[in-house]
Amino acid sequence: MTSTIRRLLVANRGEIARRVFATCRRLGIETVAVHSDADAAMPFVTEADLAVRLPGSAPADTYLRSDLILDAARRTGADAVHPGYGFLSENAGFARAVIEAGLTWVGPAPESIEAMGSKVRAKELMRRAGVPVLEAPRSPTEADLPLVVKASAGGGGRGMRVVRSLADLRGELEAASAEAASAFGDGHVFVEPYVERGRHVEVQVVGHPNGILVLGERDCSIQRRHQKVLEESPAPHLPDATRASLHEAARAAAASIDYRGAGTVEFLYDAATDRFYFLEMNTRLQVEHPVTELVHGVDLVELQLAVAEGHSPDPRTIGETYGHAIEVRLYAEDPAADWQPQSGVLTLVDVPGVDAAFDLLNRPGLRLDSGVQSGSEVSIHYDAMLAKLVAWAPTREHAARRLAAALRGARLHGVTTNRDLLVSVLDHPAFVAGEIGTTFLVDHPFAPPSPAPDAFVAAALALAERDRLARTVQQGVPVAWRNVVSQPQITRFTRSSAQVGTRATAQADDPITVEWYGGRDGYVVDGLTVRATSPTGVTLEADGVATTYDVRITGERVDVDAPSGHVALTVVPRFTDPADAVAGGSLLAPMPGTVVSVAVAKGDDVATGEPVLIIEAMKMQHTVSAPQAGTVTDLSVRPGDQVAAGEVLAVVEEKQ
Amino acid sequence: MTATNREAMLAKLAGLDAEHAKAVGGGGQKYVERHHARGKLLPRERIELLVDPGSAFLELSPLAGWGSDFTVGASVVTGIGVVEGVECLITANDPSVKGGASNPWTVKKIFRASQIAEENNLPTISLVESGGADLPTQKEIFIPGGKLFRDLTRASARKQPTVALVFGNSTAGGAYVPGMSDYTVMVKEQAKVFLGGPPLVKMATGEEADDESLGGASMHARISGLADYLAEDELDAIRIGRRIVARLNRRKVQSPMSESVPSFVVPDADVESLLDLIPADLKEPFDPREVIVRLVDGTSPGNARPFDEFKPLYGASLVTGWARIHGRPIGILANAQGVLFSEEAQKATQFIQLANQADTPLLFLHNTTGYMVGAEYEQGGIIKHGAQMINAVSNSTVPHLSVIMGASYGAGNYGMNGRAYDPRFLFTWPSAKSAVMGPAQLAGVLSIVARAATEARGQEYDEKGDSEMRAFVEASVEEQSLPFFLSGMLYDDGVIDPRDTRTVLAICLSVIENAPFTGAGGYGVFRT
Repeated sequence: MTSTIRRLLVANRGEIARRVFATCRRLGIETVAVHSDADAAMPFVTEADLAVRLPGSAPADTYLRSDLILDAARRTGADAVHPGYGFLSENAGFARAVIEAGLTWVGPAPESIEAMGSKVRAKELMRRAGVPVLEAPRSPTEADLPLVVKASAGGGGRGMRVVRSLADLRGELEAASAEAASAFGDGHVFVEPYVERGRHVEVQVVGHPNGILVLGERDCSIQRRHQKVLEESPAPHLPDATRASLHEAARAAAASIDYRGAGTVEFLYDAATDRFYFLEMNTRLQVEHPVTELVHGVDLVELQLAVAEGHSPDPRTIGETYGHAIEVRLYAEDPAADWQPQSGVLTLVDVPGVDAAFDLLNRPGLRLDSGVQSGSEVSIHYDAMLAKLVAWAPTREHAARRLAAALRGARLHGVTTNRDLLVSVLDHPAFVAGEIGTTFLVDHPFAPPSPAPDAFVAAALALAERDRLARTVQQGVPVAWRNVVSQPQITRFTRSSAQVGTRATAQADDPITVEWYGGRDGYVVDGLTVRATSPTGVTLEADGVATTYDVRITGERVDVDAPSGHVALTVVPRFTDPADAVAGGSLLAPMPGTVVSVAVAKGDDVATGEPVLIIEAMKMQHTVSAPQAGTVTDLSVRPGDQVAAGEVLAVVEEKQ
Repeated sequence: MTATNREAMLAKLAGLDAEHAKAVGGGGQKYVERHHARGKLLPRERIELLVDPGSAFLELSPLAGWGSDFTVGASVVTGIGVVEGVECLITANDPSVKGGASNPWTVKKIFRASQIAEENNLPTISLVESGGADLPTQKEIFIPGGKLFRDLTRASARKQPTVALVFGNSTAGGAYVPGMSDYTVMVKEQAKVFLGGPPLVKMATGEEADDESLGGASMHARISGLADYLAEDELDAIRIGRRIVARLNRRKVQSPMSESVPSFVVPDADVESLLDLIPADLKEPFDPREVIVRLVDGTSPGNARPFDEFKPLYGASLVTGWARIHGRPIGILANAQGVLFSEEAQKATQFIQLANQADTPLLFLHNTTGYMVGAEYEQGGIIKHGAQMINAVSNSTVPHLSVIMGASYGAGNYGMNGRAYDPRFLFTWPSAKSAVMGPAQLAGVLSIVARAATEARGQEYDEKGDSEMRAFVEASVEEQSLPFFLSGMLYDDGVIDPRDTRTVLAICLSVIENAPFTGAGGYGVFRT
């Protein structure tokens, strides 16, 4: 039975909603967005032909409300629903409700979702289909270590616990079960051998009425906290025979449940033994699908829609397999601060040299799938992924080089991102050599680059130029002119990698001090020749080499981009009104969030580093600790309170 | 030749830097360190924080007291800075110099600053920290010094606001600085403002009282009401001072162009080459047009010629003409061949009247040895003509600026708007010399007169004594005609690098716009 989709609702947000809309536009399908209040101004909402508000911002009130989404479909006259990934994409109940409402469900049958939804059952299914699986020992011994405990209903690395001592096993099982119960509503957990330096290799399949199409594999080994940050296709250094076996195993896995639509069969590949094991099957489109699309010249969303309409893929919509593609996920998070998610307004998003957005490339180049644009707000409610940047090139080395350069040249202001980390991975000799594994970022810890001090000088001079142009008197007089020179001009900054509020206490970081002189001969900075200045750009010459720094001033914040990288600074004001000053020992909210628990009471004595309270933000808990030993003299929040970044939560006064 | 000129000027500029460094050095390293150790800032540090970021600060009379027994700079910094977009006259005591005590030169320097504030309608901000009068020289301070307080309140009456930020001692007479100011800010635990301190009170009335209860900042903010604001620390006092100025609601009274200053370009000729132009030996004349083209706006669409010379063929040893500096119109009179003849005097008179007719400020560039002497010139009416010029200069009501580039001798100094003729601002180049006449001429005149007197008495003239006398007079007049000495006497507003002249003049022209002016009228322009 075939049915032609005319108006499609995407039950998702951000870049995946934009991605699906892009294909719809190419195919002539009308688009419907649903959006939370926090997302009202996001690009995916304005791009859709129709948009329906889901009141509230928390996922549970919005993107997880199948009733509201179905109501939106009814009111907009949508005839099909695409779930994207995350949220309701692997919710069989939702799929069933969509189908029962008489709409086309762009995804596998609810039964397929259910079959793969339980990892325990899925493993059993695969074992029977002859796909290699990791066997959990009945009664583990020291020789079986390490082990990993996983939630049966989990995914994306959530709820995984590595066990390295038999003594810990029971405790970890209980903790994992409790966490799984609260996170997924299903306390089932299972144990597997933990492959220490395994690689994550997955195979893209598309099930259709006439069979299973296999579109190569992806290597997604570069992960942090079990979440992918970089994916590529094809997987490097994979023996041809192994590759063929992998593809065959994936085909068998999908065929065993008569799978329809796009899906991914994930394997753990142990390079040391050249063996692979089934991990799970994701019954949806994957975040990292663009690398497959570029290498195979195929629009996977188009294939999804075709299958949902009851067709088999037209071979003419599938191109030749060529080259190598690498994707990186740009997250609003601070790799240098325990991957803490960041929120705020992205004052500038600009990636020069992009050849396509949400689309295939005619020739090797750069693709950007972004959920945000300049001015977008990164909210605390959702996943911190901002965009995916993909490079496609004849070889892996060329793709990595192109991607690293594009990342370096990108302008990402307002919110700290993992960009520097991604660049460091792409440039890393081990990565270039293809020596990758899921522990890559543990084996090669990220050292944040220290910005060139000249960037601070550029920021100071751009500010001085801004001030000069804003003058209302003596407009033509040289900056900081003195007939009697007594001291340099001083501009102070704090590093705001460190956007506002990520410092957990009111104790200021050591400010960066730039000293400069103005006067008759223009700007004078020790050790540098100042070649050109404007509020948006400064060219400095050091040791005969000129570098141009792009500067963008947004209120107190100054972003400097240069070939050496990006640095975000906050101007330290000359004066602070004592009425606005934060008392010493104040504990500030590191980010907007909800107070989960408070460990102390007013009047309590606390030791340095003692937890004072816990805030939950972006699905992660952050402990706010006492910066110094002392007495809690003020405590202004209670569990359940919403707090804004930088809000004073408590004051710990040092004992005299 | 050129290299020599440049080298000579650079040597003089190095000397100027060294003298400025003395003023900046205040009371010397030991006292500066002690002051810093108390967590306090020096006057120029306070000023740097007070003025708008990146704005200019034109320090006035930095060499005051040069050549005297007192520290160069006279223990106070004065100048014009921009605070919250408002041009303000700023004074700051230097507590590293004898506790900021005022000496006779301090008083003169502050008087000059008050005069500038008055003439140009500027608010005054006093950064106060002074132990009062330098007692050994009290006779030169006490009685004239009272004017200081009178000036403050008269400024207030003229609607020229006065703000005092008190950082430390401000006692006895000094207490009247905050006392007479419109706004007073005192720094907590630092400011001390009382008429009589604990010992004096004890002597006078037997009362035992401490500093804080007599004049602490907190007391004045909460009890006496003398302090309008209590500042947490020095930075806070400066912050509050800036907020006060922000709320003064100052608008330039006369801002013909502040809204629409025509765009302008840098001078057509390289400013740097000014150093090559000025002869090391002032006996050599130089063409002031070469200086002018390096001071005034260059050729641009709104400024077809940088300098339109007036009456170029008449009275050739004085150049007159019109130009712009930073977009603002100005009439310029500049000596060319040193000597002023009748023609030059008459030309100047006419030109000054024309500037008054057009409400255009005037700039005088001095390089004159004075009015011509000799029978022919006396008979030609040089006194009459010189008097016309001095009359015109004296009664002109457009703002005048003077720059002494080279010589400024005799009545030429008057005619060219010397200090006594109250130009709004007067600056000196390191190459300048000013006296009643050249040292050699002066010594020669003395010699001739003495010889005549001796011979009249029928005595024999002591030739050896004469040559010693001439050498002594020549040397001392030479020394007293040099810029540092004259600047030390407050006979100018500062010695400047010729390359900074354009900027200094631009600041002055902007400052001038704070007060209204109209050119003198009464008669039409008298042709000469």
